[in-house]
Amino acid sequence: MTEYPDSPGKMLGKEEHFMKTGKVARYGLLIALAFIFSYIESVIVVPVPVPGIKLGLANLVVVAALYRTGGKSAAVVSVIRVVLVGLTFNNPVMMLYSLAGCSLSLLLMVLLKRTERFSIVGVSVAGGAAHNLGQIAVAAFMLETSALFYYLPALLVSGCVAGTVIGIAGAEIVKRLPPLS
Amino acid sequence: MRKKWDLLLIAGILITAAAIWLYFRSVRTEGAEAVVFVDGEETARYSLEESLETEISSPWGSNLLVIEEGRAKIIEADCPDKLCVNQKAIRFQGESIICLPHRVTVTIEGGQENELDGVS
Repeated sequence: MTEYPDSPGKMLGKEEHFMKTGKVARYGLLIALAFIFSYIESVIVVPVPVPGIKLGLANLVVVAALYRTGGKSAAVVSVIRVVLVGLTFNNPVMMLYSLAGCSLSLLLMVLLKRTERFSIVGVSVAGGAAHNLGQIAVAAFMLETSALFYYLPALLVSGCVAGTVIGIAGAEIVKRLPPLS
Repeated sequence: MRKKWDLLLIAGILITAAAIWLYFRSVRTEGAEAVVFVDGEETARYSLEESLETEISSPWGSNLLVIEEGRAKIIEADCPDKLCVNQKAIRFQGESIICLPHRVTVTIEGGQENELDGVS
């Protein structure tokens, strides 16, 4: 990956300029896509007995980014998306839960991908379950109650299901996308 | 084979979920009160020992709460999806019925343990 020039005075070559512009454009595209997916999901409220159960459409973008542009850019997309969503149509408190969820999820996905033992579905399932686990852990810590762990089984199962769906869809996307540097 | 590892992972998560669920099931305690929250604010508290039928009204709609045989249940609501009506009756501490469109939750609180705490 091309990094910023060592000294500010150094001129960027044409090639480097092109790489940088391409990267900025790609980040913009991925973040916008993840943002829109979050918006769509926030509009379609599916009332379920357990709060927090959802598909996590935006993670489709994160999974695809992880496999096509690497862990670093997946992390950037994921964190910026959560912050944007938290500042716009979501509750800022929810942003904290989401940040915990997405960090844990991303960390686990990067690690599992590195072992090269799991397919994209397995990686995504782990991400889905970890996302819910991270969220509930922070919520329980902030509300100072362990009663929330009552929801953990349901959230683990739903994270599994959502992760499988996202993983299968993500694999299809990754198949059709050329590898990006 | 990657599929094998995927399946192992999924099985592991599901088994963990089942174990936690069984644990909570074994330690659950009967509750004493049904507490009604509207939009996050506590609005009422009813003992589970007395039978009762009451309307919970919120700016978004109303739900009919019934307490019978130590259980709380919502039997009627003027929301379109009726998900709260479909949720099972609750009686153990921490269980709740949630009506998202009306921002109403009914939660069971205060079993024997809490009562002892109150005495001591």
